[in-house]
Amino acid sequence: MTTASHRTSRRERHTTRSRRDNRNGLILTAPTLVVVLLASILPLLLVIVFAFSEIRLVDIPRLGTEPIDWTLDNFRRALANPSFWQALGTTLLYSTLTMVGSVGVGLVLALALRRPFRGRGIVRALLLVPYVLPIIAAVTIWQTMLNPQYGIVNAFGREFLGWESAVGFLNTTTTEVWGVPIPLSLLVVVLFEIWTSAPLSFLFITARLQGVTPSIEEAAALDGANGFQITTRIVMPQLMGVILLLCLLRFIWTFQSFNEIYLLTEGAGGTQVMALKVYTELVTRADIGSAAAYGLLMSVVLVALLAVYVAASRRKVDVE
Amino acid sequence: MTRRRSPLAPRPAAQVGRFVLIAVALVIAIGPVLYGFLLSLRPYSAVVQNPLDVWPALGELDFSGYTSAMLDESQGGFGLGRFVLNSLLVALGTVVLSIVVSILGAYAAARLRYRGRGMVNGIILGIYLFPGIVLSVPLFVLLARAGLTGSLVGLFFVYVAATVPVAIYMMRNYFLALPESVEEAAIIDGASLPRMLRSVVLPIALPGVVATAIYVFMIAWNEYFYALLFLVQDRSLWTAPLGIAQLADFNVPVTVLLAGSIAITIPVILLFFLAQRYLVDGLTAGAEK
Repeated sequence: MTTASHRTSRRERHTTRSRRDNRNGLILTAPTLVVVLLASILPLLLVIVFAFSEIRLVDIPRLGTEPIDWTLDNFRRALANPSFWQALGTTLLYSTLTMVGSVGVGLVLALALRRPFRGRGIVRALLLVPYVLPIIAAVTIWQTMLNPQYGIVNAFGREFLGWESAVGFLNTTTTEVWGVPIPLSLLVVVLFEIWTSAPLSFLFITARLQGVTPSIEEAAALDGANGFQITTRIVMPQLMGVILLLCLLRFIWTFQSFNEIYLLTEGAGGTQVMALKVYTELVTRADIGSAAAYGLLMSVVLVALLAVYVAASRRKVDVE
Repeated sequence: MTRRRSPLAPRPAAQVGRFVLIAVALVIAIGPVLYGFLLSLRPYSAVVQNPLDVWPALGELDFSGYTSAMLDESQGGFGLGRFVLNSLLVALGTVVLSIVVSILGAYAAARLRYRGRGMVNGIILGIYLFPGIVLSVPLFVLLARAGLTGSLVGLFFVYVAATVPVAIYMMRNYFLALPESVEEAAIIDGASLPRMLRSVVLPIALPGVVATAIYVFMIAWNEYFYALLFLVQDRSLWTAPLGIAQLADFNVPVTVLLAGSIAITIPVILLFFLAQRYLVDGLTAGAEK
């Protein structure tokens, strides 16, 4: 009898708690939902509408008062435009190289700083500076370093490396190095992006390394495994999860990055990426429909790549 | 008695290699920033004549880059001081609204089991990962239609929207790390939810909230794209990043641009290092599993 009544009162308490949680949860989340609805969901719907309609900047004041002019022309023009495909290729190359470089550098640094030494805290903090630096400051500094007239890189190259003339690092589509053509400006932008983003990879991998217990490594070392074997066979497998996550995030972020390239090269020297295309269509060509279509196509490519990635990583987990 | 050598202690050669690597990494990370800082202290003509002389001679130390960057045009400067004020206004406004919204949302996400919670968390994560550039087109059109693209208010709106997802993500991690028992005790004692949030949760979560606020401030302070999109036509409304980028197109001496860049960097670096430990914990909380 007593146990039964005790049980009901507990269940009652449970249901009142869940009801209270329900109400409070919705109240607390309401402001977030308003922001998300206004600034993300509504724009997402609108970008689809715009992409399928004929609309330019001059039409903005009349927006919502006139019926929509539906069309597929924006997509037709984009897909028929060779510069669209070129920008897509550049974007893919740019994101892939940055992803590999950023995560790779972060990994090497995290491993190098794993064992404590005097001053490690300060070294860690200093390595984060390129990530914390406002983008405009980073760009100004790099543009100065690479300037053909007064930049330190060109001055050094001409003084000590025997360069015959100044190199335009930020507006050279291809240059030959020992007979091999390389996309110079694109590589410079990639290096810049690695410079600013590797610290974040470093932070994440360092955080994960703190959860790696040294006992297995000690056992392996006692069994005669060398440092390289321990790193590749014991530490790396434990880091795989965070490395894959970082690759994914870095790829997504770089795929849509605008500031770095726009500020460094304005798209010169073969660095015209998709994000710049969206901007040019919107601002320079004043064509909202076309800009929306470019943006939507960009998202479709990204979502398709993500789907492939998720499918591939699922299968890999299954096999293991 | 000698101390037993750990089986994991690396060989001396590996040790040397490791320190060389760390030294190179430090030079690459800090070198350019130091270069920019030193050039900002030199007269422009000296930089052009001797680009390799990075270290300024004592006699040529020149702080006029900073003053002429900051002073108003009427005083012979480039007006960066005004742009800094604009940035400060937008960034502080963004911090206040974004943090208030996110504290509520993050607490709900961390503690309350309400219906639809999984979906809400999923949407927030999705937005965090979604290509922002795609949304810039409709956002621009919407705000232009509302007549807000030529004002700091439009920028403020966009920054709040852009920072709420990441702020919720970070603060949720801080809230999850707090002991739940204190809150339960407060509820049993009859504290209402707003009261419990204000006098129990916030005081213990304060370091995390401050760290998140600093991160949000940094995002708003550094933002360039939307400032360019919305405000490029109205010089009096330029933010600091937009101002420096625009001045770069006007043949402003590079030492002035560097001085401006360094000046807007210093507050950010200071804030970051002040909150470094909490920031790093909040940002990387998902990585430890």
